[in-house]
Order: sequence, then structure tokens, then C-alpha cells
Amino acid sequence: MTPGKVATGTGTAGTGTAGGRLLRLMPGLTLWLLAVPVLAGFAGTLAPAFGFDPLSGTGPGLAAFTTLAQWPGLRAAAWLSVTSGVGSTLLALLISLGVVATLIGRPGFATVQRLLSPLLSVPHAAAALGLAFLIAPSGWTARALSPWATGWMQPPDLLILNDPAGLALTLGLVAKETPFLLLMILAALPQTDARQRMTVAASLGYGRLAGFALTVLPALYAQLRLPVYAVLAYAMTAVEMAMILGPTLPPSLSVQVVTWATEPNLAHRGTAAAAALLQVVLVVGVLGLWRMGEMGVRRLVRHAARSGWRAARVDATLQPVLLGLALTPALALAAGLAGLSVWSVAGLWSFPDAWPEDLTLATWTRAAPGLWQASITSLTLALTATLAALVLALACLEAEHRFGLNPQAWVLWLLYLPLIVPQVAFLPGLQMLALSTGAIGGWAAVAAVHGVFVLPYVFLSVSAPYRAWDDRIAVQGAALGASAARVFWRLRLPMLLTPVLTAAAVGMAVSVGQYLPTLLIGGGRVETLTTEAVALSSGGNRRVIGAYALLQMALPAIAFGIALALPRLIYAKRRGMGVV
Amino acid sequence: MTGLQLQKLEIRQGDRVLVSLDVEVAPGEVLTVMGASGSGKSTLLAAVIGTLPRDFTMTGQIVLNGVDVTALPTRARKMGILFQDDVLFPHLSVGGNLGFGLPARTRNRTERIDAGLEEMGLAGFAARDPATLSGGQRARVALLRALLANPEALLLDEPFSRLDTELREQIRTLVLTHARALSLPLVLVTHDAEDARAATGPVVTPLGQAVHL
Repeated sequence: MTPGKVATGTGTAGTGTAGGRLLRLMPGLTLWLLAVPVLAGFAGTLAPAFGFDPLSGTGPGLAAFTTLAQWPGLRAAAWLSVTSGVGSTLLALLISLGVVATLIGRPGFATVQRLLSPLLSVPHAAAALGLAFLIAPSGWTARALSPWATGWMQPPDLLILNDPAGLALTLGLVAKETPFLLLMILAALPQTDARQRMTVAASLGYGRLAGFALTVLPALYAQLRLPVYAVLAYAMTAVEMAMILGPTLPPSLSVQVVTWATEPNLAHRGTAAAAALLQVVLVVGVLGLWRMGEMGVRRLVRHAARSGWRAARVDATLQPVLLGLALTPALALAAGLAGLSVWSVAGLWSFPDAWPEDLTLATWTRAAPGLWQASITSLTLALTATLAALVLALACLEAEHRFGLNPQAWVLWLLYLPLIVPQVAFLPGLQMLALSTGAIGGWAAVAAVHGVFVLPYVFLSVSAPYRAWDDRIAVQGAALGASAARVFWRLRLPMLLTPVLTAAAVGMAVSVGQYLPTLLIGGGRVETLTTEAVALSSGGNRRVIGAYALLQMALPAIAFGIALALPRLIYAKRRGMGVV
Repeated sequence: MTGLQLQKLEIRQGDRVLVSLDVEVAPGEVLTVMGASGSGKSTLLAAVIGTLPRDFTMTGQIVLNGVDVTALPTRARKMGILFQDDVLFPHLSVGGNLGFGLPARTRNRTERIDAGLEEMGLAGFAARDPATLSGGQRARVALLRALLANPEALLLDEPFSRLDTELREQIRTLVLTHARALSLPLVLVTHDAEDARAATGPVVTPLGQAVHL
């Protein structure tokens, strides 16, 4: 730096020190750590589709695609991926936007905000198992209605669960994706001055929903696009939810990919790769169609805005419908999870009784060794992946702050890469890589792959509060002689305790819920609560399933509890921290 | 050479000159920079404290007690700053805030903090939560925190403009008295003529023109 030409971000930059130089490298390093596994795994997944397979020794060719095309379930499986994916994303988006439009500036808003974290922290597998217990022919709903309303004395032979149209699967996806989209909307809302726009629209005579759609939505959706794409890609390729709630003959395409990829004799690896490629093409195609849909809706919104239609009377009819749509999956999820807990302590419980004859801890006692083992594995994996992700995320953000970096838009896309690229499209390739390097089945390899999925969520969760932190505090600290490191450790980190702990809890929830990465990279040898719960789900021992699913929910819930309680405890006497 | 010198200091944003000053502030003297908002007042302070954003270009030197601090980071400049708000750290007690300002090698830290609080009329406040203090009390803690860091100059960014008139006068007198007693050169940035009059030093615009009150 030449005298007379100063260009420091905050004047606190530790550019000269070794620590400062290391910090400067972190954003680049982090992006590599995210992108390399996804891209390498993707390449590794696709190679066998074209016959490049070191393990089977076949030459290049398109035989895998021929085999895939001859699979009789192909059309149904592919179509199911599209319908359940698009259907659930549309519904979840509609519900979350409707809820926000209805509640902005009303007292219910805070309630929804408080309910979000617990709903979000429920792992996909636990949610699916809960729903399955609720809607199965022998589930709680049927029991509650039998025999007085239905006359059933035996569970009916109905395909309510695993229905061929994938309605149960869609319901499950909506229940899980709506809270995520709601969270993303709430995070983006402050940057749209929604309340002012809604007030202006209302003063011009617009109804609540119309005011929201015409004045807030255009600004909001620009920031919502990536999360929506992630939800769409996830919903189209969900594995564990589709295994539990989806149809079986044929299953959804992603489930079939996993079945082929995990066959012990490796004979179908080529077919699995071809199917994974088809899955990617489907996702890309649907994302393209969705993008065109976005443009269509935008034109529609602009046209509606110019037309001056106030739609004031629409509110009265539409708001109850939206409320019902929002409550159905939420209540179903809550009832399902309650059902899991009851089953885990149920003694004799025969159909059509709505309540077990007696409650007992026998299931828990009997399953205790396995439950304990799986909990410890889940917990240590989650702690390791979350801690690593948190360190990387904070290092990136601190580097951004100290060196005045301005992240470009493509960085955000890269961050979303592991969320948008279907898991079935890159995990089988990573599995091959792990196999050939001998890392497979290792605890460290599983923790690392968990980290790839945990990092984006941790980063997205902590970055907004980190960047919103009052910069004058850093200047004040520096003016008092504190180094950049001291400002970080003594001022910034303690002041951001709540968001940092919340991000950690989000990371724990994401890691605990991971099914496919654990299964594939763990080579079946790393048994977590999630892999065990899903493995048990086909067996039908509801009591044990209930116990595993309950613990699977409990770990993230405890993490969120700590994130909520610890700042209150530490800052009980600091009113300025806003936690008490 | 003692005091604070801004030597041919010029700050531009693109083609626009925001600051052009060539002045000297003697120990115990106050330089007041006045101007409407957007006139470059805060840009000047950012440059002096060392937090000028990258899209500004600066030429000239900032010299404090014979040391050219132009290229030094904020923490090494030995300049205290008091912002419009007191910017007390909300997660630390009053004593914790003051301890943060006190240099690390200082002995008898607790005694120093308690003595400082007593001098400010805040005896026994060390364990208090800053959020429970009145505006005037918070301002005094902020001043004490800045002084405990042993600064060689003090910068005031429209200080205490959130306080009501009477309290503001009181705090202003307190700051000026302490700064003079410690022979600190002082730069006051304000849009308030009352502040400028009370400071009794030269008053200029960010572009160096004298202001007649």
C-alpha cells in the first residue's frame, strides 16, 4: 500500500499477517470444497452410463440406455418424478406465499415464525414415517373412523399409502417444503419493504392478496428463485420420502436409481447411471419449463397491475382456502409425529382401537443398544460436519468483511449447487470414488459428504445476520486499539451468538436427516438413526420405527432448544442483546 | 511536531472532490468541520480514522504527533472516535466496555475503571447493563471508554446529536474539558452551529472554506 492511497475495507484488515493471508484464501477454498465433490461425483456417476466402468471392464457404448429403455416401469417412474415434484413445489409455494400475504402486519405472523424452526428441524424420513402411520389403512385416521363410520374391523385393502399417483408422496413433500420456503420468504421480506408497499396498495383500494401479488411478489420472487429451484429439484428426486410414501411398482425414478446403484453385484451400475442422467435431464427440463412459467406469471402480474383490478372481494373467499391448505399438511405432520411417539410406547394395540391398551417402555428398553449406537453416530457426524461448516462459513464472511470482497451472483449459484444437483446424480459417482480410494465405509468420509450438504444451509442461515451487523462497532473497536482478530472474537462473535447457534442447529438438523449420502458413502456400514429408520420402514415393526424416528427428531430439536436457551442464559442481564 | 496535521488532504469520488483540506490542529485545539449532509463530512472522518471505502481515492498525508499515520490501520492510529450514537457494546457490562478500551498491559484494571467511573459521576456502575443507562450516562461511558485507550487525538462525529439540548450541552462541555485537559487535538464534525460555537476553534467546510457563524 502506498502512502496517500488508502483502500482498506474497514481499516482493520490483517493483510500482512499469516492469519490474514490464510483468511483471504478461505472463500475460494470453500467454493472448491463444495464444487469439487459435486462435479467429480457427477462425472463419476455419468461415466458408467456410456460404458466407461473400470470395475466391470466394459468398453464405451450405449448399452446402458438400451437396458434402461427396456425397463417396463420407466415411463411411470419418470412421470411420477415430474408430477410429484412440480405438484408439491407449486402447492408449497402457493401455501407459503398465501400465508405470508395473509399474515403480514398481523399478530399471527410471529406465531408462524416461532413454529417454523421446529417444523423445519423434522428430518424428511421422520416426517414421512409419521405421515405413513397416519394415513395407512391401519393408521390413526382409519382407526379414528372405525368401526363407527367405516364399519371396518380389519384394515381395509386400500392403496392409500404408496398410491400409484404419488398423492401421499406429494402431501409429504408439501409438509416438508412449505416451512423451508416460508423461512426463505421471511428472510427475503425485509429487503422488499413489504409492509409499506402493502399499505400503499391498500390505501389505493387493493385487496390484501392482490396488493401482495402485485406490489411485493415481483421483488420477493427475485430473491426466492434459487430456494424454489432447490425445492423443485429436491422434490423431483427425493429418495427417502419416496421410499416410504411413494408408489412401489414402479417406484419413483430416483428410488429405482438407488436400488440399481446399491445392488451388490454391480451388474446394474450402468443402468443406474443412465437413469441418473435421465433424472438430471428431467430436472433441467422441468427447471426450464418453470422458468418459462415464471416469465408468463410476470407478464400476467404486470398486465393485472395495469388493468387496475382491485380484487378486494377475492380475499374473503381465498383466505380461508389458503388457511385450510396451509393447515392440512401442518396438522397431518403434527398428528403423524404424535402417532410415532405413541407407537414407540404402545403395548398391545389392535385394529380398530384408536389408543393402545397399555403404554410400556419395553420397545425402548429392547432397542436401547441399537438406538444408543445410532444416536452416537448421528450426533458425532452432525457435530463434526456442522463445526467444519460453521468455521468455513464464518471464515468466508470474515474474509468478505475484512478485505471488502463483493461476492458475485455466481457464487450464490455455486453455493446452491449441492442443493440443486440431484443427489442421485452425483452420490453414486462419489461412492465409486470412495470405493476406489478405500475411503468407503469410513466415518470421516461420511462426515465430509455430510459437510457438503450442511455448508450451504449453515452459510445461508448465518450470512444475513453477519452482514447486517453494525459496522460501526468494528470501527469503534479498532479505534480503541483492538486488532481485527480481537474485534471478531470479542465483539462480533459474542454479539452474533444467537444467529451462529441457530445456524449450527440448522446444520445439525440437515446432517441428522441425511439418508442417501450416509447410505452410499457409508457403504451400509455407518448406521445412523436415519438409515436405520428408513431400513426398518419396510419391515413394519411400528414400535421400533417410532422409537428411531422419534430420536431422529429429538436430536435437531435439542439443538434448536440449545440455540434458543443459551443466549438467554448468557445474556440474561444484557437487555441490549434483545434475547430477554 | 505535535498535534494533528491534514497535509494537502484531498478525497475524490470519481471526478467529484469531496474533501480538500490543508490544516493543522494543535494539542487541545478543536477543528470544526461543518456542512450539510452529503457534503463529505463523514468521508473526511472515515479517511482520518482509516475506514475510507474503496471507491474513494485519497491523496495527501495525515500526520499525528509527527508520525505519518496515512497508511496505518485504524487500530494503530491512536485516535479515539465518538459516534452520533454511543455504540456501547451491548453484550458487555459497563465495566466490560471500559476494559475493552483499556490497553492490555495496563495494571490495576479494576481500580482504573472504578476511578474513571467515579470521575464521570458514575461510581459503582461497572457491573451495570449498558441498556439500563440513560442517554447521558451512556454518553459518558462512551467518552470514558475512548479516553481509557490513551488516544492521541479525538474525533467527534456529530456526537450526542440524539440527546436533548440541555443534556447535549452538558456532555459537550465534558468532552471539550477532558480533551483540553489531556491536550488532545480534536476534530468535530457537525451540522449544528451551536456545537461549532461551543468548540471555539476554527470552523471550515470539508472543502476548506472558512465558515463565519
